[in-house]
Amino acid sequence: MIWAAVLLGSLGCYLEKLFGFILPPTLLDRPMIRSVAALLPIAMLSALVAVQTFGDGQSLVIDARLAGVAVAVVALLLRAPFLVVVLVAAISAALLRAFGVAS
Amino acid sequence: MTNSPEGSKRPITTSAIGIGLATGAYGLSFGAISVASGLSALQTQTLSLLMFTGASQFALVGVLGAGGGAIAAVLTAWLLGARNGLYALHLAPTLNLRGLLKPVAAQLTIDESTAMSIAHDHTTTHSRHAFWATGISVYLLWNIGTLLGALGASAIGDPAVFGLDAAIPAGFLALLWPRLRDRTAWAIAAGGATAALVLTPLTRSGVPVLASALIAVFAGYRLRDRT
Repeated sequence: MIWAAVLLGSLGCYLEKLFGFILPPTLLDRPMIRSVAALLPIAMLSALVAVQTFGDGQSLVIDARLAGVAVAVVALLLRAPFLVVVLVAAISAALLRAFGVAS
Repeated sequence: MTNSPEGSKRPITTSAIGIGLATGAYGLSFGAISVASGLSALQTQTLSLLMFTGASQFALVGVLGAGGGAIAAVLTAWLLGARNGLYALHLAPTLNLRGLLKPVAAQLTIDESTAMSIAHDHTTTHSRHAFWATGISVYLLWNIGTLLGALGASAIGDPAVFGLDAAIPAGFLALLWPRLRDRTAWAIAAGGATAALVLTPLTRSGVPVLASALIAVFAGYRLRDRT
């Protein structure tokens, strides 16, 4: 199942790129196509942040992940690079758990 | 150094390597997060070699790891990758490729190579050089980063203990952050997150993120004359 997702996902993502080189560039003249493609990552990445912070199967929970994300926000405000943002989130969550402050 | 009016290509190459190194660092976190989400190191590396578009890769492993199932994971990755097709449409006239270079350039068409190509579009030569140099540099370093991250994470245990489960939303947030440039972007981000949270208890895992795409489609339709 994981392999199917990996290969099928990769194939589709590649074809999206390839079609751009094959299809006529006039498609870009359609404002609807441009604005939807620009907005899709914003809506979906934001949904992913929310679900991965609070989701636990079908329930919503508050745990150490929220603290990790809050620290990530601070790191982003301080213009920290990607790896630092991810690391401080992981370390804060791990520390809270190690000291039994959060689950 | 050249005295031609277009200037040297060397600074472009230098920035391309810098961007590659930065991307390699987040390849490292992708590798670690993917393995923590339950993929093998080989599956993780395959994603970086074949899919090669960061947000889609993070999304695929995030949805799989949360138990969202293969179909939702694949659809989420495709929707997030749609913008690359748009980049390719935009780049095609500048790159003006024939034969086998087309499928190669397609694989290298991502946020970074497109942005660099557009940033240097004062001459076609520079724009093309920026695309290829950035694309190749990011491809190599993203894959090396993935390998190191995946092998590193394979060596440690339960992701919750090490806080890797908090690294996943932090990673998505870092990808989202530079896109939150105006009020429209903030409103759409708020809409996407709210819709996903409301739907989480009501639908099976994986659906809420897909549903958030509808918000982008609706807003894109409403705003079609403003962008």
